[in-house]
Amino acid sequence: MSYEMTPSQRLDATFSALADPTRRAILARLATGEASVLQLAEPFAMSQPAISRHIKVLERAGLISRGRQAQRRPSRLEATPLVEAAAWIERYRELWEANYARLDVLLDELKAIGAAEPRAQDPQRD
Amino acid sequence: MTARLEVTTPTDRDIRIVRAFNAPRDLIFDCYTKPELVSRWLLGPPGWSMPICEVDLRVGGRYRYVWRNGATGAEFGSVGEHREIAAPIRLVTTERMVLTAAPPPTEPTDGPDASVNTMELSESGGLTTLTLTMRYPSKEVRDLVAQTGMADGVGMSFARLDEVLAEASA
Repeated sequence: MSYEMTPSQRLDATFSALADPTRRAILARLATGEASVLQLAEPFAMSQPAISRHIKVLERAGLISRGRQAQRRPSRLEATPLVEAAAWIERYRELWEANYARLDVLLDELKAIGAAEPRAQDPQRD
Repeated sequence: MTARLEVTTPTDRDIRIVRAFNAPRDLIFDCYTKPELVSRWLLGPPGWSMPICEVDLRVGGRYRYVWRNGATGAEFGSVGEHREIAAPIRLVTTERMVLTAAPPPTEPTDGPDASVNTMELSESGGLTTLTLTMRYPSKEVRDLVAQTGMADGVGMSFARLDEVLAEASA
């Protein structure tokens, strides 16, 4: 089903799925290896059906796949949508541009202070 | 005019940022390691502040950052340990993002999602080039941490995402 989405719908589904802290915790757990619903539910004060609902959202977003073993149906992390959302690099850049623009301002301020009172450890200045 | 910022993925496990600053490297090193300075710029998108910034600048010493959104009250943070301190040239730290809540002082700094961050500063003619490389245990973890960070805490609002999507599908 997730494969019938357009790229932008898929990106939307990926980010919606990632917007929930429980689902992120489930993904972080799956990044270390596949796990059953029971294992995934363990660290949460949440019913198994509630965890199952989160797993379904992640599955629909294509972020995880589930094994076919009738009993366990272990969940596994799927990297494909994460790769598709390679747009994250662009967002990463925006974030760091904002941080470093602020750092530029702070550095100018510190340089101005330094010019007013020469740094003690610098023997070149007097 | 803003200096050019490069973001690359030199290997499957790495994210690298390169940026030049018009300042001597000891000042940049200070801005990265003195809590009263860190909390003034390492903030992410508008609306976030860093109410908690603790740095024990010794090899093996911890640091803890907590960010808060002024409008929603949402909090998240990151914790880590100093591995190598060679002021003002090189700083190696570990980092674990905690996206669900403010991490307490006892938050473990290690885990399957922790990265090793290496910051290097080279200075020439008053200009300093900063290279920050974040290495994750695997590609999967790297992509996951980068994207969950973008999707929420450090990240963009959904309104912003809508704009990007609108552009992408235009």
